[in-house]
Amino acid sequence: MEEQRPILQMTDIHKQFPGVKALSNVQFRLFPGEVHALMGENGAGKSTLIKVLTGVYANDQGTVELEGRTISLQSPQNAVELGISTVYQEVNLCPNLSVAENIFIGREPRRYGRILWKEINRRASQLLKERLQLQIDVTKPLHSYSVAIQQLIAIARALDVSAKVLILDEPTSSLDQNEVKQLFQIMNQLKNEGLAILFVTHFLDQVYEMSDRITILRNGEFVGEYLAKDLPRIDLVSKMIGKELHMLEDIPKTTEGRIGMDEVLIQATALGRQGVIAPFSLQIGKGEVVGLAGLLGSGRTELARLFFGADRTDQGELKLGDVGGTVQSPKQAINQGIAFCSENRKTEGIIENLTIRENIILALQANRGLFRTIPRKKQDEIAEEYIKKLNIKPSNPEHLVKNLSGGNQQKVILARWLIMQPKLLILDEPTRGIDVGTKAEIQKLVISLSREQQMSFLFISSELEEVVRVSDRIAILRDRKKIQEMNGQEISQHNVLQAIAGGNSTHG
Amino acid sequence: MARLMKHHLFWPLTMLAGLLLFNLCYSPDFFSIQIRNGHLYGSLIDILNFGAPLIVVAIGMTLVIATKGVDLSVGSIVAITGALACMTLSKSSDQNGFAVVLLAIVISLVLAIVLGLWNGLLVSLGGIQPIIATLILMVAGRGIAQLITSGQIITVSSPRYNYIGAGSLLGLPFSVFIVLAIFITALLLTRKSALGLFIESVGTNSEASRLAGIRSRAILISVYAFCGICAGIAGLILSSNVSSADGNNAGLWVELDAILAVVIGGTSMNGGRFYLSGTLIGALIIQTLTTTIYMIGVPPEITLVVKAFVVLVVCLIQSEAFRKKIFERRKYRKYSDKAEVTRHA
Repeated sequence: MEEQRPILQMTDIHKQFPGVKALSNVQFRLFPGEVHALMGENGAGKSTLIKVLTGVYANDQGTVELEGRTISLQSPQNAVELGISTVYQEVNLCPNLSVAENIFIGREPRRYGRILWKEINRRASQLLKERLQLQIDVTKPLHSYSVAIQQLIAIARALDVSAKVLILDEPTSSLDQNEVKQLFQIMNQLKNEGLAILFVTHFLDQVYEMSDRITILRNGEFVGEYLAKDLPRIDLVSKMIGKELHMLEDIPKTTEGRIGMDEVLIQATALGRQGVIAPFSLQIGKGEVVGLAGLLGSGRTELARLFFGADRTDQGELKLGDVGGTVQSPKQAINQGIAFCSENRKTEGIIENLTIRENIILALQANRGLFRTIPRKKQDEIAEEYIKKLNIKPSNPEHLVKNLSGGNQQKVILARWLIMQPKLLILDEPTRGIDVGTKAEIQKLVISLSREQQMSFLFISSELEEVVRVSDRIAILRDRKKIQEMNGQEISQHNVLQAIAGGNSTHG
Repeated sequence: MARLMKHHLFWPLTMLAGLLLFNLCYSPDFFSIQIRNGHLYGSLIDILNFGAPLIVVAIGMTLVIATKGVDLSVGSIVAITGALACMTLSKSSDQNGFAVVLLAIVISLVLAIVLGLWNGLLVSLGGIQPIIATLILMVAGRGIAQLITSGQIITVSSPRYNYIGAGSLLGLPFSVFIVLAIFITALLLTRKSALGLFIESVGTNSEASRLAGIRSRAILISVYAFCGICAGIAGLILSSNVSSADGNNAGLWVELDAILAVVIGGTSMNGGRFYLSGTLIGALIIQTLTTTIYMIGVPPEITLVVKAFVVLVVCLIQSEAFRKKIFERRKYRKYSDKAEVTRHA
């Protein structure tokens, strides 16, 4: 394999942004017929490297060679024409167009200037069927399909423009386990057909399951390139974070020294919303971490949104302490001491054109109203305190949030809610798309806040390991219904998985 | 220098200076200001005076655009308030009575707020896209103005009312003081309270703002109402300046000039960050341009073409993407030269 020539070789890549060295001296190569994982923490430079490779950014120094020829990438279109295709974390197709249109947009087959719709639809369904074993109605709009299918459609589009190099940026972070399996089958098949695949993910299991080779970046620098089979998992992680692994150790689950958990903080009784989530009852104690487990689309987010008043409740009641009734708006919920970090960081979390400082103080200011403004000095103090506490990078509070990496954006939203000192903090997929180090930091934060400040949590995550690790109690959802609760010793990945899958389930 | 160029007022100010400089070269007495009967006279004073309605409208428009919206109905509101004020005056026996003038002003402004609220409700509760929601009033508003004036041009003779748009205070046109008052009010309202932050937040991402506890709808409604009242004030200035109300032509196309002023001032149509001082400069640029075109005697048939051309240039210079493209092409050329040298060496 070593004798083979790489199809893609990036040498000594440098990229400087104002004030930040994003990449320095980075090497990367990709062989045909391999899956190559690009690993690194948030802000390590993975995204920047990919953007250089796809022509979004121009590198300051260094060369990119494709099939032995130096290429200069000037635009994303240019990259696609050369055979470098990317499927991003958030699918970037047009949700309102049909599947077939999405696959052929920009290169529709035409005759006499007229677009051949029949031909488009025929070729699209043939492509999906033959290469991805996917049989769907290609005339339906893209948004009528799940994220998993959308991703496959994005891959189909990439393949059809005759990709030689396929970049998959966090493709699995919004897929459930079956969908991941399906994706991996397809990746394996494409790999066997000789495609070179660059794979970015934060899931270590998936890295070892799929990749032949691993390149590690840290702080914009090249750490090394390894064969996956020669690199023990523990080494991979310590190379990524550049420190020892004590932070990844299991957090011991003790009830010792826990007080107040018997005291009910909030109690939902037969709370529900027609067609969204069946009525459920759930109580959360003071300082308790309640996990919500279930497949994507099982109603986890929907349940949490009712707690926060993000969606209207149409039945049942929510009792906070002695106050009855329901919360009908986020503002009301916040007044009651409830906070909510949405799973959609970009669309429901950060305000991207504002600075870190403004994003952090936003909820507090909203709660104080229009005229009781927080003095600028106080704002700076708060921002600086939390930037330090949560280790947000860059540490300049006047940086625009849109330029931060995903993990740091997540921390900004966390800071926004922590300064409110909520009684209940709802975290919906707080670690999605976030590197191992930050993930552990967030988990630790949840645990220490619940123990030391009696803050209660509703914790949603697709990663079983994580839910099991942080939760005192787990509520399991299936098909938009709460089906079971688990306590103390019952909680284990195995038990939760079984409950999610259900007793007689054949399709999972 | 680089930091200076990054400042959001750099390009607008440069262009304003450029325009003024052109005028100075063309007619050297452009900057001269004379004192006649205790009033200041001169082209610059004219620009301030005639530009007043546009600046006022543009200030309101800035906040609307910051919420990712746009208000096309301001021109119609200008016409309606002018018509209503003049109608009220002409119906009374003593057109110059203090109470009557005050009443005319108050009811016109109340109507302007109501119209603004209407826009805000359509956008926030009705969920209609701003450009469509305000288009309704833009079209209907001219009709309403015609209804009020019964299709006639109403003239009034009321020195008190005339003072708003044509009077002078401390030697300066009174309208300049109105503009200043509104500008300062808007500035204090948005920057001394949290309103500015909330507007920028809602304009960038209204759903995320709602989830952070901001009452997005209330913000939207109040911003459109503010824009309405600004347009109303502009309507009063305009109609009082000529002591008449023309439902058909008053404030015609002012919405487009206002949008242009806002954009030239550095506020993006995508919402979010807004710059009131930028808008002020933007409106002055447009007014100066209009004055210049009249002054250098461009034939009336092609004044709009000339104006459009200058605006195009201004917008291109303003566009970061355009500047970058020009800049990068230069950089890229350098880069490829270097690459060739190393290959041959």
